[in-house]
Formats: sequence, C-alpha cells, structure tokens
Amino acid sequence: MVSLTINGQKVEVEPEATILQAAEKLGIFIPTFCYDPQLTLVGACRMCVVEVEGMRALVASCCTPVRDGMVVHTDTERVRMAREVNLNLLLANHPLDCLTCEKNGDCRLQDYCYLYGVSESDYKGDRKDYELEDTNPFFIRDMNKCILCGLCVRTCQEVNGAAAIEIMNRGFDSKVATAFNDPLETSPCVFCGMCVDVCPVGALTPKQSIGKGRSYELDTVKTVCPYCGTGCGLELYIKNNEIVRVKGDPSSPVNRGQVCVKGHFGTDFLKNPERLKVPLIKKNGEFVESSWDEALGLVAEKLKGVKGTELAGLSSARATNEENYLFQKLLRSLGTNNIDHCARL
Amino acid sequence: MYEKQILICAGTGCVSSGSMHVQEALNEELKKHNLQDKVRIILSGCHGFCEKGPIFIVYPEDIFYCQVAVEDVPELVEEHLVKGNVVERLLYKDPVSDKRVSSHMDIPFYSKQKRQVLRNCGVIDPENIDEYIIRGGYSGMKKALNMEPMDIINTVKSSGLRGRGGAGFPTGMKWEFGYRSPGDKKYVVCNADEGDPGAFMDRSVLEGDPHAVLEGLIIAGRAIGSDEAYIYVRAEYPLAIRRLRIAIAQAEEYGFLGNNILDSGTNFKINIKEGAGAFVCGEETALLASIEGERGIPRPRPPFPAVKGLWGKPTCINNVETFANVPLILRNGAEWYSSVGTEGSKGTKIFAITGKVNNTGLCEVPMGISLREIVFDIGGGIRGGKKYKAVQIGGPSGGCIPEELLDLPVDFDSLTAKGAMMGSGGMVVMDEDTCMVDLARFFLTFTQNESCGKCTPCREGTKRMLEILQRITQGKGEPDDIERLEKLALSVKDSALCGLGQTAPNPVLTTLRYFRNEYEAHIFDRRCPAGVCKDLLSYYIDPELCIGCRACVKVCPAEAISGEKKEPHVIDETKCIRCGACFERCKKDAVKTR
Amino acid sequence: MTNSIGEIEEAGTLLVIGSNTTETHPVIGYRMKMAQRKGASLIVVDPRRIDLAEHADLFLQLRPGTNEALLNGLIHVIIEEGLVDEEFVRERTEGYAEMEAAVKKYTPEYVEGITGVAADDIRQAARLYAQAENAAIFYTMGITQHSSGTNNVLAIANLAMVTGNVGKRSAGVNPLRGQNNVQGACDMGALPNVFTGYQPVDNRDAQSKFKKDWGVKLPTVPGLTVTEIIDGILDGKIKVLYVMGENPALSDANLNHVLEALDKVDFLVVQDIFLTETAARADVVLPAAAFAEKKGTFTNTERRVQLVRQAVNPPGDAWADWVILQELASRIGLKWNYRGPEEIFREIARLTPSYAGISYERLEKEGGLQWPCPDAGHPGTPYLHANQFSRGKGRFTPVEYQPPAEEPDEEYPLLLTTGRSLFHYHTGTMTRRSGAIDSFKPEELAQISREDAQKFGIGDGDLVKVTSRRGDVKVRVQVTEIVPPGVVFMTFHFHEAAVNRLTSNKVDPIAKIPEYKVCAVKLEKVAP
Repeated sequence: MVSLTINGQKVEVEPEATILQAAEKLGIFIPTFCYDPQLTLVGACRMCVVEVEGMRALVASCCTPVRDGMVVHTDTERVRMAREVNLNLLLANHPLDCLTCEKNGDCRLQDYCYLYGVSESDYKGDRKDYELEDTNPFFIRDMNKCILCGLCVRTCQEVNGAAAIEIMNRGFDSKVATAFNDPLETSPCVFCGMCVDVCPVGALTPKQSIGKGRSYELDTVKTVCPYCGTGCGLELYIKNNEIVRVKGDPSSPVNRGQVCVKGHFGTDFLKNPERLKVPLIKKNGEFVESSWDEALGLVAEKLKGVKGTELAGLSSARATNEENYLFQKLLRSLGTNNIDHCARL
Repeated sequence: MYEKQILICAGTGCVSSGSMHVQEALNEELKKHNLQDKVRIILSGCHGFCEKGPIFIVYPEDIFYCQVAVEDVPELVEEHLVKGNVVERLLYKDPVSDKRVSSHMDIPFYSKQKRQVLRNCGVIDPENIDEYIIRGGYSGMKKALNMEPMDIINTVKSSGLRGRGGAGFPTGMKWEFGYRSPGDKKYVVCNADEGDPGAFMDRSVLEGDPHAVLEGLIIAGRAIGSDEAYIYVRAEYPLAIRRLRIAIAQAEEYGFLGNNILDSGTNFKINIKEGAGAFVCGEETALLASIEGERGIPRPRPPFPAVKGLWGKPTCINNVETFANVPLILRNGAEWYSSVGTEGSKGTKIFAITGKVNNTGLCEVPMGISLREIVFDIGGGIRGGKKYKAVQIGGPSGGCIPEELLDLPVDFDSLTAKGAMMGSGGMVVMDEDTCMVDLARFFLTFTQNESCGKCTPCREGTKRMLEILQRITQGKGEPDDIERLEKLALSVKDSALCGLGQTAPNPVLTTLRYFRNEYEAHIFDRRCPAGVCKDLLSYYIDPELCIGCRACVKVCPAEAISGEKKEPHVIDETKCIRCGACFERCKKDAVKTR
Repeated sequence: MTNSIGEIEEAGTLLVIGSNTTETHPVIGYRMKMAQRKGASLIVVDPRRIDLAEHADLFLQLRPGTNEALLNGLIHVIIEEGLVDEEFVRERTEGYAEMEAAVKKYTPEYVEGITGVAADDIRQAARLYAQAENAAIFYTMGITQHSSGTNNVLAIANLAMVTGNVGKRSAGVNPLRGQNNVQGACDMGALPNVFTGYQPVDNRDAQSKFKKDWGVKLPTVPGLTVTEIIDGILDGKIKVLYVMGENPALSDANLNHVLEALDKVDFLVVQDIFLTETAARADVVLPAAAFAEKKGTFTNTERRVQLVRQAVNPPGDAWADWVILQELASRIGLKWNYRGPEEIFREIARLTPSYAGISYERLEKEGGLQWPCPDAGHPGTPYLHANQFSRGKGRFTPVEYQPPAEEPDEEYPLLLTTGRSLFHYHTGTMTRRSGAIDSFKPEELAQISREDAQKFGIGDGDLVKVTSRRGDVKVRVQVTEIVPPGVVFMTFHFHEAAVNRLTSNKVDPIAKIPEYKVCAVKLEKVAP
C-alpha cells in the first residue's frame, strides 16, 4: 500500500492506483470528461488536473499513478483557474441551447459550468459548424456539441470492437467521424449506441427520447433484456408509463453496462398500436373481442374436454421462469407431458 | 597520390545554393587541366556557415572560399590550383574590419565555437566509414562493449550530459530507468524529428557525421540491454536518410551492427522510420505512437517510455545531438566531457542561428557562453546596423530574451528561469523592426496549426490565443485582452497534456513579460511601434519633403492622395488601404508611416 | 454454458464454432473480441465469413454440415502431436480408447477432403486450442441444428475433455442460448421429459415429489416434442394445442407442414403480445403482458437467474402470463392461489434442487445467481464440473461423420443454411414492430456468392424465387463475399420471405432438433 495526502487528508491505496482513485476513496470529488475506468486512460480533457507538490505543471489525476508521500491539492486557486479556463474554452465552441437540449440536467459540461460559475465564454471566435447527422433511425449526432473527450471512440474500439469511428483531422478541426466521414450506415457501425450512453454532453441523442422528458423527471427500473440469451441488465427510463430511454445496466455482472442495438433501441414494440389488448374469440372465421371470463371459460372447457394425451402445449422461451413453471404445471396437472418450447430453434 | 584535397560542402544548405553544380564544374575543369589524379574532391557535411555557402576549402593550405559559384570555378582552378595564387575576392570578408580572411579558423564565426559534436562535420566524407574511424570513430563503442551496463550509465551520468532535445533531462538517469525496467525486449529510439522552423542541428549531424549517431545508439543499447533501435527521421530530410542508410550498411559490413558485435555477445539492429512531418511527432510519446503505425498523438506520462514505450516495451529515447555526444564521453571520459560547460549544463550545444544577424548558420558553443557572444561575435551582429531587440530561443515553444538579458549564460537552467528554454537549438534574432506581438502571433500560428487536438487546453486554447493575437495585430484589441491572454496562456501552460501544449504559450508569455508596452500600444494607442502590423499603420506625407511631383497620386489604387502640382500632397486616411505603393514610389522619402 | 460470460476475457484460446456471435449474442461477441485484443487466440469455424471471422487469428471456413469431421480432425491432431491432457483423461474420464480409435482415420488430409478446410489450418487450430492454458469452446445452432446435432455436441465434449478444458475457469463447453429465457424454460420443465431442474418425469421419486406437492395425478411417460406434436396433430392424435408466446407458424422447420397442422388442430389457444402468424390461426387469443410489464425471473445462458421488474403497465386489458394461467387453472378446478411471482418462485426453489438456494431477496441483493445454487448460503456456480461431472466420470463417445440428410443435387444445386441477423430477433414479433429497427432493416436479403450470382445470372438486389422440395419463397438477393460459392444464407425473421417454408424437418434422432442448417434449394430470378 502507498500512502499519500490529498487536501491534507491521508489515504492509503494500492500502488497501481491513480490520484483520482485515491481521491474517490476519500470522497473528494474531481470533475472528469474523458475518464472511464473501463477504457484506456488518455488524459485528454484535462478537467481532472490537480496540483502535486514538486511537479512543475498540473497533472491529470485520472492517469497519474500515486507515489508514496505524494502531496496533492485538488482545489487550489491554480487548479480552479485551469478548470475554469478549460470550461470557458469548451463553451466558446459549444452551442448554449440548454433550453432545448435533450441532455439538459444530465450534462457534465452543464454541471461543471455550474460548479465553477462559468455562464458564458470569455473567448469569441471561430466555432464548429457541422451539419446535424440525422440519417439513421436510432440516434442523432450533433458534432457541434462534441467536446472531443473521445469516450465514444474508445468505447467503439475497446468495448464493441467495431472501431467505426475515430477522430478525424487534427487540432481545432478535430471531429469524431467514420472513415472518410461517411454516414454511419455505410461504416462498420452496428448501432449498439454505447457511444450515446457514454457521451458526457448532448452530442449524441437517442431519437426515442427526444421531447419525452428531462432526465430528472424519469424513473429508472432495472430489468433484463427481452432478446437473446445473454441476459444483459438494462436500465429502463420511464415517464408517463412509457420507456423513453434505455441504457445498459453498469451494475450488471453480465454486461457491465454494455448493450446491442436490439436491447438499446428495440423496446418500442411495447407501445406498438398492434399490441393485443383484449381477448379474442374466432367466430365464423373472424376474431371477435371478448371478455376474459368468456375467453377463459371457453379455453378451460376445451382443455378439460380432451384426454391428456390429446392435449399439447408450447411454452415460451420469452416468458418468465414463473410463467413457464405454471404452464408445465398446468399441462401436467391436466395429464399430459406433451410440453415443449422453441429451445430447439 | 593526391597533392590537394578540396572539400565541397554537401549539406542541404550548400546543396540548395548550388554546391553540386560547383562540384560538377570542378570535375570538368580539373579534367581540362589534367588534374583529376592530383586533386581529390571530398563532399563533406555541413560547415554551419550556410549564409556563405557554397563553401569550398582547399587543403593542405586551408583556404576557405565562400559563396563559390559555377562561374568562379575556372578562375579557382587556373589561379589557385595551377598557379598557386589565392583568389582573394572569394575569401570571407570580415564585416567589421572589412579584411579578407583566408583560414576559417580566423573567422569569428568559427573562432568562438567549440566544435565537439560537429568535429567531423565538414571535415570527413560522411559516406565513408573509414574516415570516421580514422578520426577515432567507434572507439567509444569498443570501450563500451567491454564495460558493464551500469559502468556505461555511470560514465554518462558523471559526464553531466543532459538531453539536447529541449527539456534537458539527465541522459544517464534516463538510461538507468531503461536499464532497470524489467523486460526481455527493449528499444532505443533516436528522435530525429527536428521540427522547429529554421532549426537544422540534427539534420547537419545526420548528414555530416551519421556514424556518430549510430555509435551513440549502439552504446545506449549496450547500456540498457536493448538489441534494437529506431531512428525516427523526418521524410523531409532525404539526404540525412540516405546517409543514414549508407552508414548503417557500412556499420553492418564492419560488424558494428548485427549479431555478436565484435565478439562481445551484444546484438544490435537499427531501423529507420520516416516521419510524415507532424511537429507533434517530435514529442516522444507521439513519436512512439507514430512508429507503431498509430496516429501521432501524445499519450499521458507516466508511464514513461523507459518503463512502457514502443509496443509497450521499455524504451530509451534521446535526440540526435544527445546520441552524437555519447561516443565522445565514452572515448575521452566523463571528466574530459564535463570540463566544458557550467555547473548544471555540461558540454556544448549546437544552435541554428537565423534572423536579422549577419552570419546565419549552425554553430556549436560551450555551455555557459553568453547570448551576446553568440549574437554579436558568432552571428556577426545585427544586419544593416540595426538595433538588437530580442532573440527567440527554443523555437516556437521557446521564449524571447530582451537586450537586458543578453549577458545571460546559455545553459538549461538560466534560460528556463527567464521564461525561455534551451529547446533543441533554434535561435531567431530580431531587430528593432520586429513587432513582438506579431512575433507571438507568428509562432502561435505555427503551434496552433500543429496542435494534434487531443487535449482541450491546447486544441481550443492555442486557437483562442491566436485569435486574440490576431485581433490585437489587426487593431481590434480590447482593453482586457492582455489579461485574458495572460490567464489563458498560463492555464494552457499549466494544464496541457504534452510538451507542445505546455510550451506553446511561451512566446506569448515572454513577449508579455518583456514587451508588454508593445501590446499596450497596439490596444490602447492603436499603434504598432515597430511599424509591422499593417492594419495599424497610417501613411502620411511630410509637407517639408514633398515636392508635389504627383508620382504618388498616380500609383495610389484607392485614389486616397490629393494635392496640386508642386504643392505638398495629402493622404486621406479614410480612403487609404495601406498598400504602401506611394511609400515605395516617392523619390524624396516624403511618405512616412506612423 | 459450463462457464461464465465474465470469464471469456481471461481465456487463452476461444474456439467459436457454428456461432455468429457478434450478431446473435452481440455482448458476448464484444467480450470475444476484447479477449482477442488482450492476447487470446480466436479461432472461428463457420461456413460463412461472418463478422467475427474478421477478428479471428484463424478462420476455418468449413462446408455446412461437416462439423463432426472437423472436430474429430482436431482431436486426431491433438492425439498425434502428444497434446492430450493425460492426467485429466486418466482421472476424470472413461471411454478414451474407443474415442481414440474412432478418430484414427480423421487425419487432417482426410478431414480436408470432407470439410474443405486446409489440413495445415486444422493442425494449427488444434495446437492453438490444445496448447492454451485455458481454452473455451462456444457454439450455437450451427452445431445443433443438424440431423447429426447430438453427435456434433458429443464431439465438442470429446475435444474439451481430451485437453482437460472442463471444470476450470475460462474454459469449458459453452452453448450460447438463443432466447432471453430459453435456459429458464428448460430449467422450469417446459420439456416433454423432465420436471423442473431436469428431474425426469419417468423417475418415481420425482413423480411422487411433484404429485405430493401439487396434489394432482401426473402422467408418467415422457410426452411429445414440438415436431412430434405437429406430426401428432396431422396424425389426429393431438386435438387441442395451447401456445404461450411462441410462433411456430414462422419458426418451425418445413413450415407448410406446420401450417397444415395448425389449421387442422381442433382447438388452438394462443397467448401472446401480438397477433402473430400463429395467433392468427387460433380459436382463442389471450392478450399477454410483455417483459417490462411484469415481474419475474429470467435465467440466462450462463445459468444466471435474474430479476425482471415491471416498468410500465400492460396495454388495455392484457394480463401477465402467470395471471392468465392462474385464472385458467381456477376455472379448470385447480386450487392455485399465488399472490405473485415471488410466491411461485418459492415453490420452484422448494421443488428444484439446483434453484433451492435462490430467492427474490437474494437476487435483489446479489444481482443474479448462477445455478446450481443448492442452499441459501451457496454463492452460485460460475463454472460447472469443477471436481466431477454430474454423472461422475466424463464419458468419451466415439462419433462418426455423417453427411446431412439432404444435400444439393442436380435439381436443387444450392445448399441453404439459415440463421439470424443482428438487427432482428427470432420471428420478428418484437423487432419487426420496433419502429427504429424495422425501418433500418425492413426486409430479408438472401446472401449468395458472387460466383453463384454470375452462374445464375442474378444481380445484387434482384428478386428471386428460392425453391426447395417443401416450398418456395420470394426474396431479394444480396451478392456478398460472406457466403462461399454453392451456399445460400437466409434468416427466419421475415414472414414475407418465410425461410422455414424451405427447411427440412428431418430431425436429429436424439435431440429432435430439425436440420435448419442444411437443405437443398434452387434459385430463379423472377420479375418484381
């Protein structure tokens, strides 16, 4: 273990730990944009800079390992100035349309500007001027809002492995883009949308969510994805009895927050108008709406009306364990083992 | 047996001023006089005095001809080689005494220098390994091959050698980190991505004495336990690359490279990687990424390359000049080496001196020499008798040094203390006609253009600094721009990811520190004291001098000048577009600027 | 899966055979690619040049239906080159000699002749697999949906055991289950031969346990499988069919045969969330709640039981399946009185040894538990067979290569193989009704090779009729490098081009899985 001092408080951490992790252990908050413990550390956004005694310049706490006896200050005048200037620089090149931005309330740029009292930029000058990229049905890319933290790029490369995007051009002209700046649809992108979930600002917006509610108005329910057998944990964001956004559940031991296109953007079938809402009974070749009583009565009668061996049931690989259990219990109670489901398909 | 040897400089500077044509002409002329078996032509590396190129030296008499043109060759052969008369008019003329000087040792440009690293440059044929060996080459390597790694490292440590790439990190210490990093594969990397505008120290060494660099690499390999090196050299240096390839092939042939070098059990291989010209690739982590085939973008340090470098392996990375120093240290000992220099900076440093001095070129000086000596003795003072204003040292990442600091000793720590830096050795001298705000703008244009865009302070900060500087030089500066600029510059310096971003504000900060009044003049008086910033210039006609010839009226494209014939004319400032046509046209120098 | 998803990244070698993982199990696909980037060797075996093949260290493009030959070839090389884990074979297995004798003739050259995979690639794959400290095998329906499916699985087990890659971390035999709760449906006894936790219906103890607990008389002989039920309807033996959340009218092989049965059955009840192709043929349709509209548990492919929570209300008068079943039970005269899924789960845990230690309380707290979890203090089981196999010693079973039941011939010159795409799921009941997804991938595209396109005069995007001995579909064509010459690939997501009209219902004799992966077809260009 290594011992160091942060803001006058002593802390002991593993020798591989970073200053940021040591600060976290003490409950000391350090703002970050480009940091994600699952991804390569790049130290690019420089929001997390701190002062280390004996070091010439400020250091990025997210990627600077601790040393024994290190003395760190995370909130000095010098650190605050660096962060304030940093935010000022970002704001100089970022639309101030928080009123209509989907990310309002859940935006790290907004949060930190609030924290450091930066309401508008000191710097006038050139701004990015990119067209909105709105050609796929899943999410919108507004590169004017991008702060180039690179989380999306690293997620695409290191988590998904599709490597569909990179930072194109250099310097002030840097832009997150596909090869040759082609539309995502013709790139290796598989629309998992994990880039959308890691974006700290409003550069990537899921279409499903637009106008459907502010982040602080949404309830979150953790559940399991209805698609393949991986069993990814999902976080469903709910407002007015509607799922308005889905994210991978970072606390799930299965997917650690990762998702694919179906889990991420494929839950809107729930509110498809074609959903069955009442029992139907076929009369003279036509379906007629009925009450539960009538429908269940009819089914009960038919199930009881045959010998067990003349009855068969197909259970569901999409229903819950409890429901599958009851289904086979019901059919077995009716005297048949003719129960199967699509396990073989 | 040859009776005479002629050295023709084949460095890039002299080649571009025509030395190869001079060589062809000389070949022809020698044949005409049937002297081809008596006079040997050697194409040498750079002599440093590029201002006076092509350089042409006749041995054994050591007659130093400069600015030799193809047309001069028949006379040189006829007079000097046939008749034995020195051609006076082609000798160097001392600008102070106005006397012709025949030996280069008598030229102040050379006499103040201490040419240790450049000892072979301009002396030997860089494409001939034997010439390097005759002058003691590879003896340092041979010594090192019989030493324990830690003994080599300790020798380098006690020599006091510090990295010549700019930051001045103690070389021996860096090697020790590399040596102590566990790993079965380690690399040595030579940073030859010399990118500062106007700087060509490394190019001259590579072109003029490539074996010195190879020898340094082999010694480093032996010291840290590496069997493979990369030289990362800019593709814009084709001659250096060609000479390196020749040198590597020769060294392999002599058994200095390859497996089991001279039966020592040491293996070593050197690869060349051509860089594609991004300035940031001179930053070591970006350079390593570039060798790996990734985008040349810096990575955070730590981990330092010595621990986790090329392809994740421990890597010792030094600059060309650093490696070229190493054979000397091994050959002559640490004590010999450290006898030159100051307390904290040992040995010599090569500078590329350019700008408003009489002698531009390459010079190698002992550490601790004053800036005044470099500018006024070696550089021959300010051109055209103008007044010295400042010297920008350390390239676009460096800072400027005003007149009051001219006696500053040139060493790592003194320069850093004054807000400049040693840098890799670029030195631009400015005279009174240089606008310091415009200078800062010029350097910021370069660094902003070369910012890789990875970190926010550099990507966005250099852009905004540049915009503020542009605004000021265009006369649109705002009262709080100085404060805004200073805060931004300090912040970028303090928080950028790599050396490029951390040093990019230096020109701004040093000009603000030493020439703040010029900024204030631009902003508050809407005036450029040096008369450089066009938008702040205003032309007027001195009625005392004007003879009313109407010449200026005719050339003015904006019809801004009025006045009767033989009466003093007047410029309407609201119409004037500041093109300067009248200024140039006036025979009486009556058009003035303010 | 014998092992866990979280172990993938630590494996030394991953052998992925018959699994288009990045499309069918994308998140597991991410992990495989991560493992490869971390240094694991990734071997992909598939008839198609699937996306994962692009990330593989070694890609073996075998002819469809030749898996067991290839697997035997790998074992042959491992034995020949002395790479057998002898200690494991000696201590933990039996029947090695018979298996060894069976693979004798499967030299890499012989296998090359059957599979089309170069002999040297077979050797290299065998070495990469056998020499890794931990090597894991992953497969899906590319292995099982063959008339020789059981043999394929046995051959995989042989391969894993011969190298001792069972019963340790980051190794094992890992079938990736295709549906969110297919593992759970099996665990819950939604199968003709077992009660929950694979307790055989013909086992006396099990019978008496369930009889006692449920208070009803129980049938004692195993029932019929899906394909047998369909045949049973057509034979007149099955009169009433109750379908809960399944869509055999699109998913089952030899669809025309299935549709005939669905039309024939006396009474068909379908309980679903949409009016599926199957529901449209029902006599009674019961509207059910979907995944986010109810509470319960799913069990994923790594045997992890996880809580499913309600986020929104079901639409209209739709009910959760468990509510419907309970209501129905009471009308039949069964006295069920579950207050909710948690109470049902308690009953499951009581009757199922592998679930005995699992409770909602623990799931809530611990975020999922992997069975076997025999008691409340048990942490769950990340990998199976750690010290011994369920049956004691692992048994090697000799396997012989057997060609697919139907192979291309003069009349039907092409081989059709079927599968899934990334953007759709199963019969499309959900994804075809998801606005974003369906607008992105609105139609089926049959993949054919450039060579076949040329041969049959078909261009990219042309409409063709694909015909097999059992039926035909019209579909547009994608000319691609993904499939080799002679092979057509289609998914079964689209009712407009229902590929199962073409597939064969020839089943594996043991597992009763139809041979979805191989049948013979012909192509003709048709006017749009």
